[in-house]
Amino acid sequence: MNKLLITFLVSVLSNVLISAALNTQASAETIHSERSLYRNILVEEKRGLRCLKFNVKSAKTQQSCMLADDPQRLVFNYTKMLFASLLVNPNPERILIVGLGGGTMSNSLHQIFPDATITNVEIDPAVIKVARSYFGFFENEKVTSVVQDGRIFVKRAVLKQQKYDWIILDAFNGDYIPEHLMTQEFLQETKALLSDNGVLAANTFSISDLYDVESATYKSVFGDFFNVRNKKNSNRIILTSEKPLPQDSVIAERAKALTTILRPFNVNITEISRYMKSTAIQQDWPKDTRLLTDQYSPANLLNLK
Amino acid sequence: MTNKNNKIQQWQNPLIYLLAFSSGFCIMGIELLGGRILAPFFGSSVHIWGSIITVFMLSLSFGYLAGGKLSTKSASLNRYGLIFIFAGIAILPVAFSSEWLMEAIFLAIEDTRYGSLLASMALFFIPTVILGMISPYSVRLLVTDKNKSGQVAGFLYFVSTLGSALGTIITSFYLVLLFEVNNIITVFSSILILLGLSAMVFNRLNQPTGSSECISRQGATNE
Repeated sequence: MNKLLITFLVSVLSNVLISAALNTQASAETIHSERSLYRNILVEEKRGLRCLKFNVKSAKTQQSCMLADDPQRLVFNYTKMLFASLLVNPNPERILIVGLGGGTMSNSLHQIFPDATITNVEIDPAVIKVARSYFGFFENEKVTSVVQDGRIFVKRAVLKQQKYDWIILDAFNGDYIPEHLMTQEFLQETKALLSDNGVLAANTFSISDLYDVESATYKSVFGDFFNVRNKKNSNRIILTSEKPLPQDSVIAERAKALTTILRPFNVNITEISRYMKSTAIQQDWPKDTRLLTDQYSPANLLNLK
Repeated sequence: MTNKNNKIQQWQNPLIYLLAFSSGFCIMGIELLGGRILAPFFGSSVHIWGSIITVFMLSLSFGYLAGGKLSTKSASLNRYGLIFIFAGIAILPVAFSSEWLMEAIFLAIEDTRYGSLLASMALFFIPTVILGMISPYSVRLLVTDKNKSGQVAGFLYFVSTLGSALGTIITSFYLVLLFEVNNIITVFSSILILLGLSAMVFNRLNQPTGSSECISRQGATNE
């Protein structure tokens, strides 16, 4: 009991410290910066918290953060919320991650599922290099990374009839959305890669008009999905699967089983399960919303308003 | 009669400038949409734009060569209009045949650099060569005085490049927000064909209509 209390206190304290470090404008030390083909890459460190940033020095563009002393503890809410996928498919063996960031997700998943194959797809070779050098991203016979545009990887994988149990789309940051990874055609291709138990989690930052068209497009391909979000964040996780969405009782049961496994990663799965809202119950976009297709995909323009 | 002809005649140069402006507008509009069209098969890496811009520059350069050559033999507003009509037709496969073409190239070539280069060639080479012929041909129709040839060419480049600038910004800022890519391409094609037709109609209206003039013209051509 005492041990539990201590763990609880430590986790509260570290959460407070992390959010303080993220919010304060106190000078962060830039430990690496480079201009890649696609963006400016910055690695900053402040009070033991190391963050990967793209383009400008604003909190919005933080991609990946890690505590230097405790690399396996996940810092961002959205990375934690991605674990809601395990409530839909608890035993992924083949995992595909599109958009590497600092590689912290890949590292954590390898620790949780040492036997699962993890394929990371990243368009920018410089990001992979930075992830390796500054965020401890590692590859081995189970974990690999591929330098490729996500759309091309998915199209080729469909041709090779590959299947994945868990697909994570994390190629969207707050600033720029790759528009060809938002369309109905892309989602259909991605759906073709899902195994029978497969689950897809997309981390998106859509607001206003884009929120509606994005939601309508996902629904047109996958049917009803879970929105996973807490009110603190502008982003949400769209969670869909090949099978019908699981019932609340199944989710609660799985959350219970996962609690201890995920605790070392600072993931409170029971709390996260409360953020999941099925669109079958609540659909918060107009019925006649236009869909994003390869012919019509002004995602970035729609996100401006 | 002559008076009326002069009245029409004075609109010939503005018409040529309008056509040159529109071709500039369409060229850059199409180039910009090229990125959109290729993305589903070849991605949006930096080299995709490398492929597209290379192909447009290459085909424009050949177009200038061909247009200049063509303008040496009995240049007329009629032929000028025909170039526009051919360009408008040559663009249509971009809207209607791009899917299977890109799929075939995607399957044949793994490297997206050469895949996108070949796809850009297949889709944009012919229409852009034809569109490139317009500039030198316009110079031929506009220049009457050797001393003013530089000034005329300068104003023509000004007009057509201004068209390109507007074609780029209007397509990327507004048209993609309102319409599907194929619809925009089809509209560009229709505009080029209509402008080509209007040049041909204008040319006919501008023909001397009086019988005496007809005879004198015939006499002139027989010489």
